[in-house]
Amino acid sequence: MKRLLPRPFTTGALFLLWLLINQSLSPGNLLLALVLAVGIPLLTSPLQPLPDPRPVRPLVLFRLLSFALVEIIRSCFNVSRIILFVKPDKVKSQFMRIPLDLENPYGLAMLSCLINTTPGTVWVEILPGSRELALHVFDLHDEQWWVDTIKTRYEKPLIDIFEGGSPA
Amino acid sequence: MNGVENLPAWVALPVSFLLILGGCIIFIGALGLLRLPNFYQRIHGPAIAITLGAGCLLIASMLYFSVLQSRIVIHELAISIFILMTAPVVSMLLMRAAVYRDLRAGKHDTGAESGDVYRLPAEK
Amino acid sequence: MTTLLTFSMGFAFACVILAMVFCFIRLLMGPASQDRILALDTLWMCSMMLAVVFGLYFGDQVYFELALLVALLGFVSTVALTKFLIRGEIIE
Repeated sequence: MKRLLPRPFTTGALFLLWLLINQSLSPGNLLLALVLAVGIPLLTSPLQPLPDPRPVRPLVLFRLLSFALVEIIRSCFNVSRIILFVKPDKVKSQFMRIPLDLENPYGLAMLSCLINTTPGTVWVEILPGSRELALHVFDLHDEQWWVDTIKTRYEKPLIDIFEGGSPA
Repeated sequence: MNGVENLPAWVALPVSFLLILGGCIIFIGALGLLRLPNFYQRIHGPAIAITLGAGCLLIASMLYFSVLQSRIVIHELAISIFILMTAPVVSMLLMRAAVYRDLRAGKHDTGAESGDVYRLPAEK
Repeated sequence: MTTLLTFSMGFAFACVILAMVFCFIRLLMGPASQDRILALDTLWMCSMMLAVVFGLYFGDQVYFELALLVALLGFVSTVALTKFLIRGEIIE
């Protein structure tokens, strides 16, 4: 089982994706989806050195994603307002540092996706030689607020999801 | 435009609303790209067009085709998921390229130094 | 209702076209290479949205495939260009 299905998540995602793109549940498409979903991970799993993530606590994940969605919409309107009505030289956009505790690569990838999808913030990099994240914020008013939001709203659920021990 | 005439009002209204909203957001995003003064601010303009503008249009498309063909048409979800996964990668790489290039070129007026995270190499 | 739908589709269409014009101006203006690449990426995204609006207007699902392909190609080309921007100068 382990040899045939090295990456159950990739398999499931590919299966669903094939059916989604073709928009059908006919036997032929199901068979083709199955072949692709088993075959592609067999060929590509040596390229990925990390094992699949073990997602625990789907509830926390759901809460995190819904918070991120609200945040995306809210900051989208903020950014639109600034672009339309504020004079560009009044906008205080700058880099800032945020200390991180998260270590799991999947968690970091997801954190960077969430931060970058939110308009108004761009993840630059984790500064080499330290555990600090360089972040560029479009309109920075309160540095501490950003640190607190990212630490408590984004990072803590991710630590729970990816590094929290046994499934809840 | 076949079958549009008998589209019920409860779907025509949200589709129109989403289309107009998405159009406005895309317009504002591109305006930001054109009008903001430096690169580090400009990169935030298209971000709203890509996430929310494309999201609005894709939801409108899903709704429209689902009702028009009276079956569930959700394959636009594939595009949404793809955009949500790739747009962050693009903006992160671009940001990194800009920071490295500005630091290496040693230009002072680019805004790369704001916030004291990155410092230009000392003048010799 | 048809009038409203046609109007909103035309509106979205005009917005996307205007956005593409803005991106094109930024693409020509520069000033740095990263600005041009950002404009090019936004141009790709705008053409993807244009395909979605076309699909809505003509009521045709074929445009979905076009949109998906444009999104894919745009991502790959932008990543390649950016990689070149980051790495090209490290090697020199």
